[in-house]
Amino acid sequence: MSSPPHRLELRGITKRFPGCLANDQVDLVLRPGEIHALLGENGAGKSTLVKIIYGVLHADAGQIRWNGHDTHIPDPAGARRLGIGMVFQHFSLFDTLTVAENISLGLDQPGPMDALSARIAEVSERYGLSLDPRRHVHNLSVGERQRVEIVRCLLQDPKLLIMDEPTSVLTPQEATRLFETLRRLAAEGCTILYISHKLEEIRALCDTATVLRGGRVVGSCDPRKETARSLAEMMIGTELSTPERLPQGEAGAAKLQVRHLSTTSDNPFATNLKDVSFEVRAGEILGIAGVAGNGQAELMAALSGEALVPDPASVAIEGRPAGHLGPRERRLLGLAFVPEERLGRGAVPELSLSENALLSGYAREPLVRSGLVHFGRARSYAERIIGAFNVVTHGHRAEARSLSGGNLQKFIIGREILQKPRLLVVGQPTWGVDAGAAAAIHRALIDLARSGAAVLVISQDLDELFVLSDRIAVLFHGHLSESRPTHHTSVEEIGLLMGGLFNHPPDEDEVDRAV
Amino acid sequence: MSAELALLGPILAAMLAAATPLLFAALGELVVEKSGVLNLGVEGMMLVGAVCGFAVAVQTGSSTAGFVAGAAAGAGMAALFGVLTLLLLANQVATGLALTLFGVGLSALIGQGFVGIPIADVPELYIPGLTDLPVIGKALFGQDALVYLALAAVPAVHWFLYATRKGLILRAVGENHAAAHALGYKVIRIRFLAVLFGGAMSGMAGAYLSLDYTPMWAEGISAGRGWIALALVVFATWKPGRVLLGAWLFGGVTIAQLHVQGLGIDIPSQLLSMLPYLATVIVLVVISRDVARIRLNAPASLGKVFHPDA
Repeated sequence: MSSPPHRLELRGITKRFPGCLANDQVDLVLRPGEIHALLGENGAGKSTLVKIIYGVLHADAGQIRWNGHDTHIPDPAGARRLGIGMVFQHFSLFDTLTVAENISLGLDQPGPMDALSARIAEVSERYGLSLDPRRHVHNLSVGERQRVEIVRCLLQDPKLLIMDEPTSVLTPQEATRLFETLRRLAAEGCTILYISHKLEEIRALCDTATVLRGGRVVGSCDPRKETARSLAEMMIGTELSTPERLPQGEAGAAKLQVRHLSTTSDNPFATNLKDVSFEVRAGEILGIAGVAGNGQAELMAALSGEALVPDPASVAIEGRPAGHLGPRERRLLGLAFVPEERLGRGAVPELSLSENALLSGYAREPLVRSGLVHFGRARSYAERIIGAFNVVTHGHRAEARSLSGGNLQKFIIGREILQKPRLLVVGQPTWGVDAGAAAAIHRALIDLARSGAAVLVISQDLDELFVLSDRIAVLFHGHLSESRPTHHTSVEEIGLLMGGLFNHPPDEDEVDRAV
Repeated sequence: MSAELALLGPILAAMLAAATPLLFAALGELVVEKSGVLNLGVEGMMLVGAVCGFAVAVQTGSSTAGFVAGAAAGAGMAALFGVLTLLLLANQVATGLALTLFGVGLSALIGQGFVGIPIADVPELYIPGLTDLPVIGKALFGQDALVYLALAAVPAVHWFLYATRKGLILRAVGENHAAAHALGYKVIRIRFLAVLFGGAMSGMAGAYLSLDYTPMWAEGISAGRGWIALALVVFATWKPGRVLLGAWLFGGVTIAQLHVQGLGIDIPSQLLSMLPYLATVIVLVVISRDVARIRLNAPASLGKVFHPDA
């Protein structure tokens, strides 16, 4: 028995928060050079556990052994000194600082800024995570922000790398490249603790998986010997009902028509839309794929009415020119809208659920009477959403921010769907949402389309688009590809389009830059 | 021609002096706000700094001791604010307003025995030749040390915030305290130090008023300069260089309206007295309308309570 000591060994880790036991006697063993998946639904205690490992939280009870020695991890700096790096799910980035400054803050000995910028450029080049160290983070897309986090960790030369949902915003090709990087790191002896909701990805990448449910370890397995379905069922503890793809009915009249939409922005880092045209018909779901930062934010803003477009006719809702209308007028025309950012845009974090229900519901549900809020109706509307969409919360008085990501997203989508919109535009419907909630959201979107509404889904998750959409188009550098019927295309083909390989290349130089 | 030029020199010199207390107070508050704390007690800290500095200078006969005492008194007031808001998680706006009310009362109490007492003037710089230069000589080379100190503080604060690692950490804490905490920075300790610095700078501003600018002690000697300093920070979009411009503007209009009053032009003196405040606010509002600049420079966690465990 002369096997090398375990890289990290947790024994009986228990952490209690007021009102909930987040971790209950958790044991976990990580070996050098293994890629270990940590599975569980939102609220299963994964985040708490990794925060304990990274020294952000302290366990109430239990032991931590690092390379065979009992240890205490007082704070993240202590974790970094041991050689533990972490990519956070909710990015720990500072919007008004540059990429280089952000990375410098995560290092203990960053050295002079110029040298650091050079190292950032080198590492991001080597791992295919292109980044400009001088840019400000608030101008970066979600995907680019994640790259900052990953590069920050790689610069620390870690012995244990914790990755919380790292691929949610990457193209399949980029994810493949990241996996190569992770496998190379693992081969060099680095241990990787990998949290993801994408079970196929875990099957492809990980050597071992530990499953958490309700704060306890409920099993461990070799994910390569399991199916995605069996893994999901282990996580949720019951059988999984996946939404079934009903054959699409007759597509009806066009509910949303976008004609030659181009945008210009004052923000030098925005991606302007260039001559984007498409339409969404009653009864169908159109999916728009693309890597973050290729114009999704601009398209969402142009559709929701947050940004007005110069030519009113370039956006038509139910055949009526709407480009000059604000969000409220567009809602009155029949548009419902679910933005990508749940907290702050989809819902006000500090307000209760019934107040949040009121925010977009007041136009079509009779929640306001002669200028005064009808609180009774707002409450019952919120309760209807909570009931119909199985939102786990302690009631309509709960603050929006107290809900887990999946439950809040179910609430926001429910709020829009219960208004019976004729047109629904959704951005990233299941970003950071667990498998059970994602299935419920997918089911609701499909049901809405089958009931005759037009649905537009803008997402970076290709698996999701293939589950949901009848047709898929790809956004790249502000250009939109032709749409293809989902059953006539493949993940590989869409992946190539996401890298800019359109059949009719817009500009050669842009393709060059993308590759 | 020469008569006007002769007038210009003293006006310039007086303008620099009038801008000095604003510079101290606003630069201090700028650092505090960059760390994510809003301390509305600047006026109160200035008054307590003014009276303590004056009292110590009268007792010891040393104006240097007076300035040090003023800074210490301001820092003491700030420590009170820091304990209440950072450790006991009191609301920053309410606590700051209370601190100002407390400072007004406390300074009046301490100052009772000091009203009307004369004090020796702070010596001014004299460089033969340079100070005697026409027009600019007195303004540039004939001020006292505090004026130069305040001017030096502008690049110093800028350098600290934008060129040092400690400054970067301070800005990070003000930007996103949860992320800074997750990376392992001691949010409360960093903010407490920033608050103490802000208090000391406000105390210096007060001591400059009572020891040097006026120099005497009178109740309410700061006359709202603490509030102008607060406004300066916001309208300067948290940039030290712009604070300097705002302070000069305020100082310039203060001195100009005094001269207009002296010329006996028929405008009510109350209108003229409010001119510096009005002009500073209007000009700064107009030049700070750039949304992108505000977004880049405003500390996003400003005024938010931080719980380490949330």
